[in-house]
Amino acid sequence: MTNAERPHRSLDALGVVALVARRELLTRLRSKVFLITTGIAALLVVAASLLATSISTDEGTDATIGVPAGAPTLPDQIAAVGASLGLNLDTEEVAGIEDGRAGVRDGDLDAFVMPDGERLSVIVESDLDPELESAFNVLAASTVLDREITDLGGDPAAVNRAISQAAVNLETLEDPRFDVERLILGMIAGILIYGSLLMHGQALAQGVVEEKSSRVIELLLSTIRPWQLMAGKVLGIGTLGLIQIAVIAGAGVISAVATDALTISFGSIAGTAAWLIVWYIVGFFGYALVLAAVSALVSRQEDINAVLTPVLMLIISGFVIGISVLPSDPDSAVIRVMSLIPTFAPMLMPMRLAIGGVPAWEALLALGLALAMIPLLIWVSGRVYRNAIMRTGSRMKLRDAFRAAS
Amino acid sequence: MRAWAIVPSPRLELDSLSKRYGDVVALDECSFDVGAGELFGFVGSNGAGKTTAMRIVLGVLEADAGHVRWDGAAITESTRRRIGYMPEERGLYPRMKVGEQLVYLARLHGLSPAAAAKSVDAWTERLGVAARRDDDVQKLSLGNQQRVQLAAALIHDPEILVLDEPFSGLDPVAVDVMSEVLRERCDAGAPVVFSSHQLDLVERLCDRVGIVRDGAMVAVGAVDELRTGKTERLIIDAPQAPDGWADGLHGIVNSARRNGATMLEIDSTADDQQVLQAALSTGPVHRFARERPSLTELFRHAVSAEQPS
Repeated sequence: MTNAERPHRSLDALGVVALVARRELLTRLRSKVFLITTGIAALLVVAASLLATSISTDEGTDATIGVPAGAPTLPDQIAAVGASLGLNLDTEEVAGIEDGRAGVRDGDLDAFVMPDGERLSVIVESDLDPELESAFNVLAASTVLDREITDLGGDPAAVNRAISQAAVNLETLEDPRFDVERLILGMIAGILIYGSLLMHGQALAQGVVEEKSSRVIELLLSTIRPWQLMAGKVLGIGTLGLIQIAVIAGAGVISAVATDALTISFGSIAGTAAWLIVWYIVGFFGYALVLAAVSALVSRQEDINAVLTPVLMLIISGFVIGISVLPSDPDSAVIRVMSLIPTFAPMLMPMRLAIGGVPAWEALLALGLALAMIPLLIWVSGRVYRNAIMRTGSRMKLRDAFRAAS
Repeated sequence: MRAWAIVPSPRLELDSLSKRYGDVVALDECSFDVGAGELFGFVGSNGAGKTTAMRIVLGVLEADAGHVRWDGAAITESTRRRIGYMPEERGLYPRMKVGEQLVYLARLHGLSPAAAAKSVDAWTERLGVAARRDDDVQKLSLGNQQRVQLAAALIHDPEILVLDEPFSGLDPVAVDVMSEVLRERCDAGAPVVFSSHQLDLVERLCDRVGIVRDGAMVAVGAVDELRTGKTERLIIDAPQAPDGWADGLHGIVNSARRNGATMLEIDSTADDQQVLQAALSTGPVHRFARERPSLTELFRHAVSAEQPS
């Protein structure tokens, strides 16, 4: 039989990598754990932006005030006083004082107000809310004031308009650099990249060990080269993580825009999401190479923690330092330096970038340094992985794996 | 005249393979070759180097010295993709469905998705695991996992088969299926190398065998060739024959009584008809048989022989 009759296609090296990546991606994409985690994370991000909406733009009513019929200016006055105090006061016209009392007793009204000569009478159920009390005092004062103005031959409406337009001229010596919303955005970015690196980094490591412990590795390596397997696994799981982080970040951006939750611009939200994805790619690539190499040193899932812990500690410490220092001190010098170091940059830089105020040179330097590490990591990790992947039995020393001729 | 030239069939050659692990010599200039359409049995004690040799052929291990050639040329990655391999350490992805896993492995060997699917259908059918295609491998019994493992070795219609202990752990029915498949691949023109400790099976199936000891080949050839020059045996059941009845006959190397029968070890100068005559002269003869040494005996002899120093 000649080769031409055989069903073997030519399969180039990258074709093999693509096949391996495809398997990693598809088997994991269908896993329930992955779907549930992604769904929950996306929901949390959406919930966070909805929560922000209800806090920042409160359109609800703070109190409903009953007013008697025949006091036509009172509702407007109450609304105006409420607005000046930051309260949203609704008025409801009732027939008379008895209906007002009934409304307050039933809880339909928070208070009933009626002009009583020079004073205002207020009926409440048991005690008057301090905010409402201030409002009513201001209302009483302005009622008196209006009458005095009228007596003096003035126009109360014109005076009120003039008062409401009076405002101080504010001059700030420094722009506010860090606002709360951007800080929260930074924390969310940090949590996403941290969770993603941790989750997919460990999944990669377990996959490497699974191939060793199930011994399928020998069958695979009789057909493909170790670097193809390693590259395929890193790319496949990396793509999976990318899809996940894009879905979550996308859900966040869309819900923030749709609900108008944030006062910061769409541009900076999208910028945060874009930087997040760039740093996820760089961070995952770097850490995945290291994790694949160290997990190749062991043959059983039970031994995996011993080799993973030192690497995971780098990810965890970067995140923990960032999340505990940045909210109180967004401009911390320690964080500025750490966020340039490739081991911590993937967690810290996206947080800083989301918070804002990062000089362009710092952002580019951090990225450049991290990218410069990748070829070195490919060389070292590829060598360790190749030397260690076929060794079964007890844990291999990193140094031996680096040195050993295959 | 060119027309008369014989086109040599391609051979898989292992040429002076050597491999050490630290101070342990796993292979010491081990050489043998297998022709297309030949079934080659690779036997040796545990740790003799069989698995190491096979791993080197597949490129899973690198030899310290020596070469592996197919059809006269150094074996390449694309040649390796056309080898069907069954590792001694069986292994498949435990949490992957049988069908998907086989398709994946077939595609890693270069098959198109359509060809891979077709081949998976055919082999799972043939090996009796078609009904389990949608089950995770870990849900299968050990016997069925072995069948899937064999399917994994055959899924890409390999041109060469290298199987490490393919019969271990198989039930008798599966052993028959496996033997049949090996024979069939071999008849289709593939060189087939397999290792086994079941020497009766090797003797029955193989065209040639190689016996390896301490990493070196100590005997290679057809079983008949290996028997050449070795003593054979005559078993004679003559109940009335007195002790020592055969003494003095020509070519008797040794004699012993076993369960009332006489066992004579003879060399090539012995005349069995003369022995029969002598036996008949003592009374009735219920059984007279010539026994050739089995592969097991040849193996014992080969691995226990003094090592030339």
